[in-house]
Amino acid sequence: MTMQNRTLIAFLAFMVIAIVAPFFLYPVYLMKILCFALFACAFNLLLGYGGLLSFGHAMFFGGASYFTGHIAKVWGWSPELAILAGTACAAVLGLVAGFIAIRRVGIYFAMVTLALAQMFFFFSLQAPFTGGEDGIQGIPRGHLFGIINMRNDMALYFFVLAIFTFGFLFIYRVIHSPFGQVLKAIRENEPRAISLGYKTDNYKLITFVISATFAGLAGATKAIVFQIASLTDVMWQMSGEVVLMTLVGGMGTIFGPIVGSVVIVTMQNYLAGFGEWVLIIQGVVFVIVVLAFRKGIVGELIAWYDRRERRKQAGEEVEIVHAPATAKAEHL
Amino acid sequence: MFELIGIPPQAFYAQLTLGLVNGAFYAVLSLGLAVIFGLLNVINFTHGAQYMMGAFAGYILLTLFGVPYWGALILAPIIVGAIGIVIERTMLRHLYHLDHLYGLLLTFGLVLVIEGLFRQQYGVSGRPYPNPLPGGQNLGFMFLPNYRLWVIVASVVVCFATWYLIEQTRLGSYLRAAVERPDLVQAFGINVPVMVTLTYGFGVALAGFAGVLAAPIQVVSPMMGMNIIIVVFAVVVIGGMGSILGAIITGYFLGLVEGLTRVFYPEASSTVIFVIMAIVLLIRPQGLFGKAK
Repeated sequence: MTMQNRTLIAFLAFMVIAIVAPFFLYPVYLMKILCFALFACAFNLLLGYGGLLSFGHAMFFGGASYFTGHIAKVWGWSPELAILAGTACAAVLGLVAGFIAIRRVGIYFAMVTLALAQMFFFFSLQAPFTGGEDGIQGIPRGHLFGIINMRNDMALYFFVLAIFTFGFLFIYRVIHSPFGQVLKAIRENEPRAISLGYKTDNYKLITFVISATFAGLAGATKAIVFQIASLTDVMWQMSGEVVLMTLVGGMGTIFGPIVGSVVIVTMQNYLAGFGEWVLIIQGVVFVIVVLAFRKGIVGELIAWYDRRERRKQAGEEVEIVHAPATAKAEHL
Repeated sequence: MFELIGIPPQAFYAQLTLGLVNGAFYAVLSLGLAVIFGLLNVINFTHGAQYMMGAFAGYILLTLFGVPYWGALILAPIIVGAIGIVIERTMLRHLYHLDHLYGLLLTFGLVLVIEGLFRQQYGVSGRPYPNPLPGGQNLGFMFLPNYRLWVIVASVVVCFATWYLIEQTRLGSYLRAAVERPDLVQAFGINVPVMVTLTYGFGVALAGFAGVLAAPIQVVSPMMGMNIIIVVFAVVVIGGMGSILGAIITGYFLGLVEGLTRVFYPEASSTVIFVIMAIVLLIRPQGLFGKAK
């Protein structure tokens, strides 16, 4: 089975599950998973394929969440336009932050993005339109295209699923485009990519902006689903959460971020009543994954599958090698 | 002059010393980060949590065991440093052969665990720590609280001692050699892994020391670590981690700038260091004291 086929089958399986799931599970829980999965997919594009670890993605997620909330509530725009506008704001924010952050790489890049996000956190705390400690509450879900009532959880779920699918396929396309190939080359060996004539800074900046835009799309959608935008969304813990989801699922894999967000969101739901233990257990998971489990769930599955394929192939080769030997034996 | 810009001189000098006090913490913390980064190539995200642990160690020593401030000032860094050594031996050690980012991720995970445990135990509200040096000096133009003076003096002494240890002693020369070529230093018969462990322990102990120093000024709370470490990261980016002296100077300087901002434009005081970081990145990406690659 080629890689392409494997991905296609996995994608179709995911779509079937995603379409059937809301008839069995609580739609709001599933929408939360979808929002975080899109957030993690956007983050994974930057870390898994660009090799850039951002510790400030909450800035785009929470920023878009605030903008969308304000636009939907105060300006009264319909949800799809509010989400679009919020996402556009995140893209602009990504352009500014990316322009500053890509001047450094590696550990410094992580520290710079963290600091920029903290700056945005203080902005959100002080700016009048964000509502400070209270956040923006009671954001109207409104009517999609002015017709479909988004108060219906089912209708909203399929709207969110459509947004997620669009984002997922867009990011997939970016990864598998010539652009994505150059990106991987930069990740592996930036000086070589530069010597081949690629303007690596441009590639990194564009990737950063795409990543920020889809993180924003996820945050904007989340604001409509939960009808709230708050400081939680722009805090450093949120940036850490998306790193954790991507790591647990498997960074640099197509489906890893989805699996990771399912695991982490589910864990949070079950542990919600245990106070600070959510934080502690997330930290423990973080430590275990980094020490012993760096490929993540999907990464380990792929590695296991590849090993099996190789063994199978090796087994066939052994038979071929053995065949003449037995023939010779027969001769004797 | 002060009447012209409408700021009472008392407030001006008070904010200036407060800035210098904050700068003292930035300097000690970024110094510890730089020492650890130099040898381990790990950005110690846990540094803030270890600073918080230092403050709590002082608080626990006082309330549970009756150990006074001056005892805690010695004991707490040893305790926090020892915990750091355990972390290095059992976890960090296994990541040196990988991308540096894994060290960052591991220590971030540890932050969540440590902060979570303290929040579980002590809640999110702060705990007061009695001031061991009440009163102050009247300098004529301003009133200087004794404890602030002590913080500035203590941090300068510690920073200078660390600089002397690393730049001027034989032990420091081993350390600097191991930063350049650990394999060669090992070949000369120096136990580099032990040196790495002790360096981490020392850097962490510095954070613990800063924590005890901070306890009487700032409320002792589980969140105090993360709030300061993000600023310290920005300080480190501005200074560049190339030199010990650079880290110290940048720390005090940015504390002063923050204090001045609080006088002239209070709304920006929490973000001014980040703004400076952005500007420095645009003009001199390697940092003020960093070496260009």
